[in-house]
Amino acid sequence: MTPAIEITALAKSFGATRAVNGIDLTIARGSVYGLLGPNGAGKTTTIRMLATLLRPDAGTARVLGHDIVREAGAVRAKVSLTGQFASIDEDLTGQENLVLVGRLLGLSWRDARVRATELLGAFALTEAATRQVRTFSGGMRRRLDIAASFVVTPEVLFLDEPTTGLDPRSRNQVWDIVRAIAAEGTTVLLTTQYLEEADRLADRLAVIDHGRLIAEGTSRDLKSSVGANTLHIQLVTTEDQSRAREQLTRALDAEVHSGADTCSLSVTIADVKRVADALAALSAAGIDIAEFSLGQPSLDEVFFALTGHPAQPTASQDSPAVAQETGT
Amino acid sequence: MSTDTLSSTTVSPGKLHAVLSRTPRPAVASGLAATITLGWRALLKIKHVPFQLFDVTAFPLMMTLMFTFLFGGALAGSPREYIQFLLPGILVQAIVFITVYTGVGLNTDITKGLYDRFRSLPIWQPAPIFGALLGDVLRYGLAALMVITLGLILGFRPEGGVPGVLLGTALVLVFAFSLSWIWIIVGMLVKTPESVMTTSFLFLFPLTFASNIFVDPATMPGWLQTVVSFNPVTHLATAARGLMHGQQVLASIAWVLIASAIVTAIFAPIALRMYYKER
Repeated sequence: MTPAIEITALAKSFGATRAVNGIDLTIARGSVYGLLGPNGAGKTTTIRMLATLLRPDAGTARVLGHDIVREAGAVRAKVSLTGQFASIDEDLTGQENLVLVGRLLGLSWRDARVRATELLGAFALTEAATRQVRTFSGGMRRRLDIAASFVVTPEVLFLDEPTTGLDPRSRNQVWDIVRAIAAEGTTVLLTTQYLEEADRLADRLAVIDHGRLIAEGTSRDLKSSVGANTLHIQLVTTEDQSRAREQLTRALDAEVHSGADTCSLSVTIADVKRVADALAALSAAGIDIAEFSLGQPSLDEVFFALTGHPAQPTASQDSPAVAQETGT
Repeated sequence: MSTDTLSSTTVSPGKLHAVLSRTPRPAVASGLAATITLGWRALLKIKHVPFQLFDVTAFPLMMTLMFTFLFGGALAGSPREYIQFLLPGILVQAIVFITVYTGVGLNTDITKGLYDRFRSLPIWQPAPIFGALLGDVLRYGLAALMVITLGLILGFRPEGGVPGVLLGTALVLVFAFSLSWIWIIVGMLVKTPESVMTTSFLFLFPLTFASNIFVDPATMPGWLQTVVSFNPVTHLATAARGLMHGQQVLASIAWVLIASAIVTAIFAPIALRMYYKER
């Protein structure tokens, strides 16, 4: 089976700006793939080329086996694009917007109306169905926009910054929707500047910066390419610090760092299984632990390590993961 | 916005999975069906935002009132005399001004990202443009109705009767369509809908005022008479006036049709090429 997307040396310039500067990428069917990068990295340009809205200057790309330039029509027949700005008509009602797309895709008036009603129900927009879109909140627009992409279920969905500007609640709703989409078999290619979002949604991701692909893999791959896991330990008393340090060094055969205060220690470990050994050693030595945590490096740190500059803006962290600061 | 209560309703996972599963794909709408659907969209916009019709027609309506009562007596002996002369011309001006909305609408769709959606659909690509033009028929028709109704109230009595008025209006529409292509180009070139408006006024004020819409050019200086005589709007106003009052104006009608054909022949291909090239 051909991959969902195959990109070879794809490039696009706008004037002197090389927006996309030679990207190679293969995306398997049925996955959620994240293009991660800061503003202006070339994510949107890449997606617009794949959705046949822009013609590449160089390189090729195939979507579901169809060349995006020579077989643009065949690509359009199988994909949907949910752009960065809600691509729906603000003057029309939610229902009318969906009927419009349904008619354009060849549904009869009746089927288009039935489908619109179904979608509005599933996307929690029934009560807003007969209101003009201009009265919708950001989250409602986004949901309607995604619903418009599913009037006929596409094989590939391009989702450009699906949660930019949304409040945490609406963002979680969009995340639920993306997961449901993937569970039903549609391949999703999403762009995001939010590392947390890529981490939560994407099976694999590509980090893009200045039009180039600088890393590719699962979020775990990317994290481990930067650094291994870090064990943080909080002791009950300061007096135990030097003994604890000794025990940990012996048990893990690694350098132990002092944390923010004299009660805390952190140590980088290559193999997660050895955490148990470390804890057992402390326990055997009679050292009391207030708390411990095992954290992967955050994607923020990954991005910084790969590009030498931070990704901005940072995602709002309403639900901090296990990951802690690793004290770079 | 008072949408908090609505936006807080939750997405139901069960329903979601049901609607997201793959359904058989229908055969895509034909070019004609797509154009008609997008024309339907233009109709809905007029229904939801009737003001867009009013704000462009308000100006010609105001001009009708102003010119008829302020200058009618001086220019033609009486307001009633004058409106027989003025109204077909005002109709021309009103419709010519509304053509800008084709460009404003296109530009709005592009800046709002709606065109991305249309162009990523497997439809006949220029359908959005032809759909917009189709919607314009209705817009022009409604505007014409408003202007003529006001005229009839003010004492406009076309001697050509209903057929004359319809033919005159139809000729104005033909010219309006050719002009729309220019606004489609402007709509793709400029950055915001507002600048489409601004650009258009620089062009439309001289185009409609340096004509015989308001006064007989015989009283103008020689050089201006030359300008006026080459202005297609002059011929359009003469033709519309003639048709509505049952006079022989074949030469002017021919002039308008040829001018419209030339404008369309030049600008329609450029507009369509730009539209394709935008990608």
